[in-house]
Amino acid sequence: MHDVPDNFDINLTEISKIEGSASLEVKIRNKKIEDLKFSISEWKRFYTQAIQGKPAVAVPQLVARICGTCSNAHLLCSIKTVEKALGIIPSSQTMLLRRLIYNGLIIRDHALHLYIFALPDLYNKNSILDFDENDPLQKQLLEDTFEIKEVGNRLSKIVGGRSVHAPYPTIGGFLTYPHIQELKNLRDTLIAVRPKIFRLIEIFAKSSFSLSLPNIIFNGLSSQDYSFLTGQLVSSQGNILPEERMSEHVEAVVIPYSHARGFTYKGSTMMVGALARINLYKKSLHAKTKADTKMYLDLFPSYNLFHNNLAQALEILHVIDTSSEIIDGISTITSEEKIPVHPKQSVGVGVIEAPRGTLYHKYEIDDNGIVQKGEIIVPTGQNQVLMEKSIHILLESLLKKDTPKEQIILEVEKLIRAFDPCMSCASHFLKVKWS
Amino acid sequence: MADKIRVGWFTFTCCEDSTIIFTELLNSYYRDWMKKIDFVHAKILRKDSYSELQPMDLAFVEGAITSDTQEVKLKKIREKSKKLVAIGACAVIGSPSNQRNFFNPKQHEQIQSILEKFKYKDKVLKLSDIVVVDENVPGCPMDEVGFLNILNKYINSQLVYPEP
Repeated sequence: MHDVPDNFDINLTEISKIEGSASLEVKIRNKKIEDLKFSISEWKRFYTQAIQGKPAVAVPQLVARICGTCSNAHLLCSIKTVEKALGIIPSSQTMLLRRLIYNGLIIRDHALHLYIFALPDLYNKNSILDFDENDPLQKQLLEDTFEIKEVGNRLSKIVGGRSVHAPYPTIGGFLTYPHIQELKNLRDTLIAVRPKIFRLIEIFAKSSFSLSLPNIIFNGLSSQDYSFLTGQLVSSQGNILPEERMSEHVEAVVIPYSHARGFTYKGSTMMVGALARINLYKKSLHAKTKADTKMYLDLFPSYNLFHNNLAQALEILHVIDTSSEIIDGISTITSEEKIPVHPKQSVGVGVIEAPRGTLYHKYEIDDNGIVQKGEIIVPTGQNQVLMEKSIHILLESLLKKDTPKEQIILEVEKLIRAFDPCMSCASHFLKVKWS
Repeated sequence: MADKIRVGWFTFTCCEDSTIIFTELLNSYYRDWMKKIDFVHAKILRKDSYSELQPMDLAFVEGAITSDTQEVKLKKIREKSKKLVAIGACAVIGSPSNQRNFFNPKQHEQIQSILEKFKYKDKVLKLSDIVVVDENVPGCPMDEVGFLNILNKYINSQLVYPEP
């Protein structure tokens, strides 16, 4: 039995190894949680205001700056939104190239989270840079970390021009087209890193970290080819919706102490992201991925929140298999003229699956092509209510076991990291009256 | 072997794109940097081992300043660092994080309650509005070559704290 005080406070002002800024305040009195506040402490930059009055064609590159790590998700979601508003249908080549940029993002972003943020917790290390190079497995994982991230980085750079705020994709096509030989050269590298991803999958599958919460509603944008960029909204309750109607079914919740709004799904606690996607439509993963990971996919559907890490590792393999197949299928890349833009009064809704879950952009555009109003719903906002709830449940269980304060902090941080929250994205404007 | 250079990486209000570029540069340089750099503060890479800011040879600071608490922290970083480098457009010129500085009255009215509740500054500031900045790495995201040039310049230098 540990000597644990009856009363203590936890005050984490800057949670490390996550994207952006979040904080946690807890008051324990008589070994019970008297107060718990998980808040997104990122200062707002008011993008939904800033796009008002700007030409719709200029908005995608601006909103890419909402978030560094998810920038290409915002960029492609915004392009999709404007194209839908203006009736622009991108060519099949454009869609394939966008998918490759996006696959690069999924590799790079999931790898950043899994290797740099989450993996050190499994090895009781503070940082991936502290891994012991005299230990063969740790040395290998250190090398894997930067090799895998670089593959994703490279894929996005070849097709998009840069791994963040990609300059090549635009409304109606591409400004610059990739060299096919560079893509073909990358294909063998994609195949070569598969064993490293299996190693990652196995590590997260064997991890003992666990917190299962029944009654979570999982939501995601499902397509037959698990493309992240197209599809229809599905939920674990069996509902299927066109993407245009997403805002009807998620309800904003004001969290007074947080800079960001939370969301519920018809009043119930919801989750989006890799765990939701694999739970909802693992059958749509690439055939090669499914064949090689059956024993791990059998763990899903899962209500263990730490399986979000495993789900991300499986998604890395899926996008590697998808990308190599797409590259194999491309014989030439044509420098297509981009489709011209003709402004008109319209409303566009674009929904994609960002690395951390469903991302929604909506723009109201006037006759001159100027945005009059915008709305953006991001994944971390949709998970915020569940995050706080799950921290509460974990904390109660740790208190019952007389867990020392320092260990409680560590366990809570592991759980927060498992969500892979993105605070830069999450702090968005909502007009509310603060009491 | 020479002592490692003590480096801090800090982020204020921005999209953290330069932090992502920094983590991508690690793909190529991590072995070299592990030998030469002690990342004293870099919350993207590790949890701080210290309750207070530590002395640093080089502080890389990303993002604009939008609250008084951020201003206080930036001044502390300046005090503790021999050289302070502004990283990326928001740190160097304030944009695009300072877009609310240019809002029209209608837009400003929409955000006023939030500014008041969370005690935002009246205007978003670039770093040099508050502290002395020794070097700038502009770009959105930062220019990788510019960053590497500055890092390499200081890795082998004997640095001293600025005159008060």
